[in-house]
Amino acid sequence: MAAETVKNLALAKAINESLRRALDTDPKVLIMGEDVGKLGGVFRVTDGLQKDFGESRVIDTPLAESGIVGTAIGLALRGYRPVVEIQFDGFVFPAYDQIVTQLAKMHARSLGKVKLPVVVRIPYGGGIGAVEHHSESPESLFAHVAGLKVVSPSNPSDAYWMMQQAIQSDDPVIFFEPKRRYWDKAEVNTEAIPGPLHKAKVVREGSDLTLAAYGPMVKLCQEVADAAAEEGRNLEVLDLRSVSPIDFDSIQASVEKTRRLVVVHEAPVFFGSGAEIAARITERCFYHLEAPVLRVGGYHAPYPPARLEEEYLPGLDRVLDAVDRALAY
Amino acid sequence: MTVESTAARKPRRSAGTKSTAGKTTARKSPSTDPELVQLLTPEGKRVKNAEYDKYVAGITPEELRGLYRDMVLTRRFDAEATSLQRQGELGLWASLLGQEAAQIGSGRATREDDYVFPTYREHGVAWCRGVDPANLLGMFRGVNNGGWDPNSNNFQLYTIVIGSQTLHATGYAMGIAKDGADSAVIAYFGDGASSQGDVAESFTFSAVYNAPVVFFCQNNQWAISEPTEKQTRVPLYQRAQGYGFPGVRVDGNDVLACLAVTKWALERARSGEGPTLVEAYTYRMGAHTTSDDPTRYRGDDERLAWEAKDPILRLRAYLEASNHADEGFFAELERESEALGKRVREAVRAMPDPDHFAIFENVYADGHALVDEERAQFAAYQASFTDVEGA
Repeated sequence: MAAETVKNLALAKAINESLRRALDTDPKVLIMGEDVGKLGGVFRVTDGLQKDFGESRVIDTPLAESGIVGTAIGLALRGYRPVVEIQFDGFVFPAYDQIVTQLAKMHARSLGKVKLPVVVRIPYGGGIGAVEHHSESPESLFAHVAGLKVVSPSNPSDAYWMMQQAIQSDDPVIFFEPKRRYWDKAEVNTEAIPGPLHKAKVVREGSDLTLAAYGPMVKLCQEVADAAAEEGRNLEVLDLRSVSPIDFDSIQASVEKTRRLVVVHEAPVFFGSGAEIAARITERCFYHLEAPVLRVGGYHAPYPPARLEEEYLPGLDRVLDAVDRALAY
Repeated sequence: MTVESTAARKPRRSAGTKSTAGKTTARKSPSTDPELVQLLTPEGKRVKNAEYDKYVAGITPEELRGLYRDMVLTRRFDAEATSLQRQGELGLWASLLGQEAAQIGSGRATREDDYVFPTYREHGVAWCRGVDPANLLGMFRGVNNGGWDPNSNNFQLYTIVIGSQTLHATGYAMGIAKDGADSAVIAYFGDGASSQGDVAESFTFSAVYNAPVVFFCQNNQWAISEPTEKQTRVPLYQRAQGYGFPGVRVDGNDVLACLAVTKWALERARSGEGPTLVEAYTYRMGAHTTSDDPTRYRGDDERLAWEAKDPILRLRAYLEASNHADEGFFAELERESEALGKRVREAVRAMPDPDHFAIFENVYADGHALVDEERAQFAAYQASFTDVEGA
């Protein structure tokens, strides 16, 4: 049977298989969202699930994001484990109130009596030439809120296993799916024993500088490391996987080895996750650092029209430029 | 039109062919409102109602005295809390004065296995659900943000963000339906909340999924300083029509009518007929909270008109006229009220400040590295003071 446990899957399909497994394993798991049923979601992440599990498990909802999250909270209070889909990143804001004021806080307000195992899936980030509100990276807004956990897989295997872990978590998890990587394929071992959900992974060993990223930017950082290798530079690439909590111990261990850190994310640099990482790593590794922690990300501007997003998003050259600057100290 | 003849008319629900569309006058006094369900007049006279009498037909004198006792004790508790705020023992208090009938009537209509989603003023409903009144004061004193286990009494924590809980109630009711259970949910909110998107979305979701939920809107006429006209151009109960379920307006100062109408709505929910909107037409006699000043935005004449419709006085008049209660009952209740006030006062003053480390407790069910780190930093910081004192 071993052959069947390793599958070559696109990231979107890996999430689909993970959701299927969760629906199959736990009758309390529900899928909710706009178009998640017959259509299978606008990215087909929930394709075929309603057909196999029925309309009461895979629920097409009214077009109302606050309603989706708010009713998921009620279902969780009743003992269900809803996995809700927000169709695109920029559409989460009608639900932001429910997520921040209710979902994040109810466990604490009840002094631990109430648990809210709700997963909010959000396809996020740019690079697909979409129209306004379809390419944003709001992860810092959620990571800033105590009570929420925020994760983002970068590859199909993590997408599969991190979704399993997010659903099993008794905490609300905001699950950011890198939509530009939905069609990337890789092997997924569905019988593997996954590492902890919030543990970073060294995806490429190196000694000259650490590139830290998550979600869509991990692949870019691997490409940057390949390009830098041609120039004789040996970069380490760290896939953070989790934005709240952030695995600072793994970043620290890497930085103590390489002594330089560049953080890469698509979200605006200002008040972004890179700022938090830079501050904490400066505090932890002050005497190890040979250069200031640098950040590469989006600008403090509304997400631009598609024809300009290549300028807005971190690309190979912008990251290499930051690597050069860090190494010049 | 007299009160009696008004109340005796069959109530009209907004569903189906009994459309009330076109009547757009937002504010009418209850005594002239042809849509109002009333079983007890402000003078305490029992009036017949073909539709709803059956829901209170078997009520015993003892149960009637019980409703009276609930209202009196809730009012006494509320007055004590208001005093405690004035004395600096509470940071804030949201008084329910005037809304006792709406809350006790609807609260007593619920069954043990029903689930209640309150806003922050449902002290009377909490009383009906068996929540210790002292527990309601923790969040207002600032020692916690909740104060009770929601599942002990099927009474959710107070919700301060306006209207949020109506969606939680709807989701919970969807869960009941999925479980095949026959219990129901009741969600409380106010006239101001009716403007919130979450309330509209909860109407949509509950209708689409036929969720067993009763939306109980206490229209107390004022959302802080904003009158109901600033929220709506149609009577609130008529909103239900647009969502495809019935809405009914009940005299919110008539405990019997509130009991009957809520029983009807809960039974509809339990029997799979879906949501109902009940608008309890009532009046907030006091301030929105102890922080505001109603004299800035409303006149005494309005308050005086509503004092004449007091929910407690009208049931007392009925109990006395029908010989269902004697002087001994009222005297004993007076003693019980004072004892409750004393107990609440002492309980509040005895509430310890929370442990400093409570900041970090229950932020996450499964733990979080940052919370652990900050807790350790906090502990080291606290310990630094201990060292100085111990030196």
